[in-house]
Amino acid sequence: MTANGSRVRLLVGTRKGAFILTADASRKKWEIAGPHFAGWEIYHLKGSPVDPNRLYASQSSGWFGQIVQRSDDGGKTWTPVGNKFAYDGVPGTHQWYDGTPHPWEFKRVWHIEPSLSNPDEVYAGVEDAALFHSTDGGQNWAELSGLRTHTTGSAWSPGAGGMCLHTILIDPADPKRIVIAISAAGAFRTDDGGATWKPINRGLHSQYIPDPNAEVGHCVHHIAAHPSRPGTLFMQKHWDVMRSDDAGDNWHEVSGNLPTDFGFAIDVHAHEPETLYVVPIKSDSEHFVPDGKLRVFRSRTGGNDWEPLSKGLPQKDCYVNVLRDAMAVDRLDSCGIYFGTSGGQVYASADSGDNWQAIVHDLPPVLSVEVQTLT
Amino acid sequence: MSGIPIRVELPAHLLTLARIEGHEVVLDIPTTPTISTVLDALEAAYPMLRGTIRDQVTRERRAFLRFFACQQDISLDSPDAPLPNSIVHGAEPLMILGAVAGG
Repeated sequence: MTANGSRVRLLVGTRKGAFILTADASRKKWEIAGPHFAGWEIYHLKGSPVDPNRLYASQSSGWFGQIVQRSDDGGKTWTPVGNKFAYDGVPGTHQWYDGTPHPWEFKRVWHIEPSLSNPDEVYAGVEDAALFHSTDGGQNWAELSGLRTHTTGSAWSPGAGGMCLHTILIDPADPKRIVIAISAAGAFRTDDGGATWKPINRGLHSQYIPDPNAEVGHCVHHIAAHPSRPGTLFMQKHWDVMRSDDAGDNWHEVSGNLPTDFGFAIDVHAHEPETLYVVPIKSDSEHFVPDGKLRVFRSRTGGNDWEPLSKGLPQKDCYVNVLRDAMAVDRLDSCGIYFGTSGGQVYASADSGDNWQAIVHDLPPVLSVEVQTLT
Repeated sequence: MSGIPIRVELPAHLLTLARIEGHEVVLDIPTTPTISTVLDALEAAYPMLRGTIRDQVTRERRAFLRFFACQQDISLDSPDAPLPNSIVHGAEPLMILGAVAGG
């Protein structure tokens, strides 16, 4: 996409509200609007690819529950839409942390994924894990219950952050093919628009699962794909960075020379389908970047060979985390990479990650970052 | 109004969400005022508040909210119990409060 007249709009969800950051194609000077929904947790905002002024936001609170907001003017004004997320039928139980049965309970929407072709169609990934679908702009939500009622569902258990459905990837070539991921059940795929699902976790290995061939139970943190190659998936798992070239049927590890293969965020360059980005995080309990240095790692070989990117990023006394939905790429000719931190910074690179700048320093902890490339 | 006017005081976040000026609303309750009938009227007048005070499926009060009437915590009373006369006569509001917790 050429830069003339183009703009980018960042949609930033934080622990205490949403912020919208805009810039021209140079991506040097940013205007910051917000907070929208001040005081509420905004797990995710995302715009429709076919109508960029149509935005959806997940707004939630421990006191007041879940709200979904919709904007039809690029985030200037918002309207609450439907927030009734009722599981289909009697939801039954999944496994609790201690292995005992625990009732399925709706808690919040983690991820919103608008359709690739219809601004009124949108998916929502929720905790406790389930996928909901709306065809009327978010007014009414219906569960695609074939996922939750999969024969393995009663054996799913939560990760430390809850049993959340956090990743939704719609295949641009075949919108009936959707890949989702759940912590800590694993990845699943439908090929029929959500009626039936199958686990796609072959090749994943998790130390805490005794069975090396376990069909579910893997703590998948995030999955990314390039739109031109929807069959090639890149996964940041609790441990291990993984790759699949058959839409998830088989995975192999591409962690290579990363300083730690734990992390949350992963994304793919807009124009180079073999260039990917991760932010390694120290674990299991620290959950901050290693050695006090904030570094993005880039592989230009589809994994295995990684280079640290640190120019413009703090390289001393930095102890932030970057969460799973807090990285995004724009589609300008010189691809922009963005990520937000638990310290409230949003960093941007306008040159594929070679150079970085903090475009805002002091937001509440960042939960999600999405970017829209506007012409 | 043809029913009984009931004053309801709401938490600040819900006032903002519903775009209500001031700190309370007055609702026309067509039948015996109870927590349930007041919330029915509130949600009918302000649909964006559905699910924020009570669960949309179970209709149970959200855990971190409390209902107060005439300095009394009535959160655990039956939601179908008649509200006190001071509220029915408009001298006092039904107060819906968020628990003081969190960061």
